[in-house]
Amino acid sequence: MTLLRTQKLSAFYGDFQALFDVDVTVEKGETVAVIGANSAGKTTFLRALAGAIESAPEMVMFDGQPIGGKTPHEIVRLGIAMVPEGRRLFPSLSVEENLQLGSHSERAGPWNLKRVYELFPRLFDLRHLPSTDLSGGQQQMAAIGRGLMSNPRLLLCDELSLGLAPVIIRDIYQCLGAITAEGTTVVLVEQDIARALDASSRFYCFQEGRLALTAPTKDFNRAAITAAYFGL
Amino acid sequence: MNWVNILIQGALLGGFYALFAIGLSMSFGIMRLVNIAHGDLIVLSAYVALLVTENTGLDPFLSLVIVLPVMFALGYALQRGLLNQTLSGGLLPPLLVTFGISIIIQNGLLQAFGAYDHRLQEGAIETASLRFPGGLFVGVYPLVVFAIAVFSIASLQLLFYRTRLGRAFRAVSDDADTAELMGIDNRKLYALALGIAMVFTAIAGVLFGIRTIFSPSAGPIRLILAFEAVIIGGLGNMWGTLVGGIVLGVAQAVGAAVDPTWQILAGHLAFLAILIVRPNGLFPRTRD
Repeated sequence: MTLLRTQKLSAFYGDFQALFDVDVTVEKGETVAVIGANSAGKTTFLRALAGAIESAPEMVMFDGQPIGGKTPHEIVRLGIAMVPEGRRLFPSLSVEENLQLGSHSERAGPWNLKRVYELFPRLFDLRHLPSTDLSGGQQQMAAIGRGLMSNPRLLLCDELSLGLAPVIIRDIYQCLGAITAEGTTVVLVEQDIARALDASSRFYCFQEGRLALTAPTKDFNRAAITAAYFGL
Repeated sequence: MNWVNILIQGALLGGFYALFAIGLSMSFGIMRLVNIAHGDLIVLSAYVALLVTENTGLDPFLSLVIVLPVMFALGYALQRGLLNQTLSGGLLPPLLVTFGISIIIQNGLLQAFGAYDHRLQEGAIETASLRFPGGLFVGVYPLVVFAIAVFSIASLQLLFYRTRLGRAFRAVSDDADTAELMGIDNRKLYALALGIAMVFTAIAGVLFGIRTIFSPSAGPIRLILAFEAVIIGGLGNMWGTLVGGIVLGVAQAVGAAVDPTWQILAGHLAFLAILIVRPNGLFPRTRD
């Protein structure tokens, strides 16, 4: 069953068009990767889904409803959560307060503080520290936890691997399995192609604001991705 | 002993200035709104209390039961209906709009009440004093005002650090865009923030109206005192604002003791001196 569908999604920053007629479909329970070079429109795509960039109502369909143009907090209430690029934890809140803030919309579901600490046991010991005292990997865990606290049906993850050591990235991607096991659908934006394809069942490759290639990851072809990625 | 007396009077006066400053500090801290109309809103609160006391026979303290909800509603509506629209365009639009509100309030009060001085009458407490050993007299009313200031700041701290709403206030203050992505309705939150700020502004206004005479043009000087208390204490730090108020009050009391014409000037000079030595105030909130 289709959870999310974008139809000719276009997005602008002022006069600059960042997305052109993007059609993406995400089925319930699946993990979909969005890959592409810098400024290909990946982050813009996620921000449009989250309501941070305006779009026409029918351009974004979530669970059969048009949600384009709704405000971000309305969209969180409908069940889409964002793990923003660069983590963006709140510096004057403790780790635990950051997590609690994620549940501001009070959506019911399987995730609560206890479950997040089970998923990321290291956060439990650090819970009273200011979020700025955490390492990059720990901050990323807290940011994912904060997103989960709103009990999303769709979790948008923007560049989880950014600036992290490979061993930490591996840990974080292992946790994604536990998240999808709860039935949460995930859209991953990544520059680390191998990592993204590994974790997903299908991928979309963006290039200069347009879709360049889409395929199931199991039958992808390295050369085709490279061509789509760089526009060769 | 005279100097001890001066210091105590000055410090108690500082509680007053801190009360003036709370609402200003809150609206700047949460929505980066520099509210030029803040002083006039203090004076408006005093006039609302005047209307209530004249029409109901309640004394000024009891009139707060009506004045506080009225000012809360006014703050909520002002933010929701007007100021929210100004916040996305940088620092200048809210400055201009609140400057306009300031002029509207002053002229509206002039129309409605005339240019006369008014006072709120609270009775015996205004002149009562406590005698301490060593011939020290401390007015009951300044003590009550100081206690209210401390209580107000303490309750705001509790709100900020112990409640869901306070957590949301701090998150929005840190990063409004991300807060919205986490499910917070910033516009509604801002309206609540100005509503709550106006509750403290109204308390300050009524206490001000009991302490001294007021007229429609009394606002701007309260605004300056509030600004100075906030800046001396360090932006975003409520207890710092109390200290800032006390610094101002003590400086004024010392100035007045040297020469009565020096009272106001001494406060401003203390403010400038601190601004030169510590441009971020005494206790700036550290944040990386």
